[in-house]
Amino acid sequence: MKSKMGIGHWIGFVLIMVWCLLPVAWIISLSLKPEAEVSAGSPQFLPKDATFANYKKIFDDSDFTRALINSFGIAIIATVLSVLLATIAAYAIARLEFKGKKIVLSIALAIAMFPVVALVGPLFDMWRTFHLFNTWPGLIIPYMSFTLPLAIWTLSAFFREIPWEMEQAAQVDGATSWQAFRKVIVPLAAPGVFTAAILTFFFAWNEFVLAISLTSTTDSRTVPAQMSYFVGPDPFNPPFSLLATASVIVTIPVLIIVLLFQRKIVAGLTSGAVKG
Amino acid sequence: MTATEAAPAAHKQAKVPASDRAVAENRLGLKLVAPAVVLMLLVTAWPMLQALYLSLFRYRLTAPDDKEFIGLENYVTALSDSLFWKDMLNTLIIMVVTVAVELVIGFAFAMVMHRVIFARGVIRTSILIPYGIITVVSAFAWQFAFSLNNGFVNSWFHWLPWIGENTNWYGDHWHAMFAIMVSEIWKTTPFMALLLLAGLAQVSDDMLEAAKVDGATWTQRLFKVILPNMRAAIMVAVLFRAMDAFRIFDNIFIMTRGAQDTESSSFLTYRQVVEQFQLGMGSALSVLLFLSVLVLAFGIVKLFKVDLASARGEG
Repeated sequence: MKSKMGIGHWIGFVLIMVWCLLPVAWIISLSLKPEAEVSAGSPQFLPKDATFANYKKIFDDSDFTRALINSFGIAIIATVLSVLLATIAAYAIARLEFKGKKIVLSIALAIAMFPVVALVGPLFDMWRTFHLFNTWPGLIIPYMSFTLPLAIWTLSAFFREIPWEMEQAAQVDGATSWQAFRKVIVPLAAPGVFTAAILTFFFAWNEFVLAISLTSTTDSRTVPAQMSYFVGPDPFNPPFSLLATASVIVTIPVLIIVLLFQRKIVAGLTSGAVKG
Repeated sequence: MTATEAAPAAHKQAKVPASDRAVAENRLGLKLVAPAVVLMLLVTAWPMLQALYLSLFRYRLTAPDDKEFIGLENYVTALSDSLFWKDMLNTLIIMVVTVAVELVIGFAFAMVMHRVIFARGVIRTSILIPYGIITVVSAFAWQFAFSLNNGFVNSWFHWLPWIGENTNWYGDHWHAMFAIMVSEIWKTTPFMALLLLAGLAQVSDDMLEAAKVDGATWTQRLFKVILPNMRAAIMVAVLFRAMDAFRIFDNIFIMTRGAQDTESSSFLTYRQVVEQFQLGMGSALSVLLFLSVLVLAFGIVKLFKVDLASARGEG
């Protein structure tokens, strides 16, 4: 197989690494530049005097830490609830024969392509009526709706591959139905559920349109929305290094998840769309 | 003996309606999918109907008492305004250019990932970073990279004929559009590459080997064997990415706020509703945006004959 690795593939490998990591290295470098260096203009890539002052400053900013809490809370709750509903639905789609199965998958697909901005107006109006405007549930509910399609598609693709006969086999061997479910089915289904959860979390963590439209204070504003308000005293000279610092901090959870679960994420991304 | 007589009778009965078991299974299936379906429709279909209704009114949130039924006037105003068409054109340019570039780069990445035999974990981790990173962060990173005083793009690439030490990337329409598209392409190419990689894995090695033995050149193998065999994967990737690119908002909001005429259709809709409180006009724009997405999706599916069911491997 070694003969297949030509010089072209080596160059390709290096190019991919540069492409993926250069902008990340750039924001890390920017976050280490002192504020004074940036406002004086510093077109060079690396900082002259690297400092962690920006990190200290941003964690002293209560608006930012509050937004970080909102982001974690909203993303985690939306993920858990969405994956729960999607698991139940995907189980039905994969295992049961019922009319309307195709319709459910079609609705999910249509919603995955829905222009989120089109909802901003009516949701803005409805959420004020129901007192959901600027609250956690006001973001959690739409995040669930928009992540359900991806979760249902991914999970039903996973569940279709599970050898469900093993459940009966375990029961024949003397296991109770609960034991059969817990010892046989749960371990087989867990990787799929977990993958769906990661993809859902990414969506909620990333979402921006609804986060700026359906919030008005730091009570519920998430980090991406808060960052867009992070202009500082001089609007013509935004605090680049502080924004870069905030960027690095919100990227850390993404990095950790990617490092730990890269194989699962790739499987999830491709199983929903193309049979792998 | 009664049992043997009863059995055929029961069998006969089962043929007319569905069997009890099938009815129960049908009912259970519907019950299990109901919560998810209701929630999905609650936040999309219901507000969309609301938007359809509101779009027929002159309705401004700052003056709710002046709400007045005006029929299709909002639509006429929007469709006869050059801004609507200019933003639509921007959106379509961004969609076509980014998807085309991503398709080429994504395919190259997929080819490399398919062949690379070492450090697969490293490469997979790296390629997932742009995918997982927040779009707002990508927008900031590239905004700073292209910045006149603090960016590295000018100082690294000033040897290119069209880039100078003092190129102001936010000073005119095409430079700003370029910066926006770079951020969009950087962030979403990995998604494209991974979908194409999955498609590439389905092209059989035997077929490639046979083509090679028959004397097919590299280009012939690419266009006659590889690409036709991963058609389904390519089409699905194009459809998903095109619909996603058409909704572009985050990058523009962060990088230019629509300055230099870089506004997209999504941005226009957002601005009408959230910044100007024009719920009537904003709703009309929402409906138009929704219809555009519908037409586009339908067009792509018909034009390229995307078969989602067969791409998933089901009948």
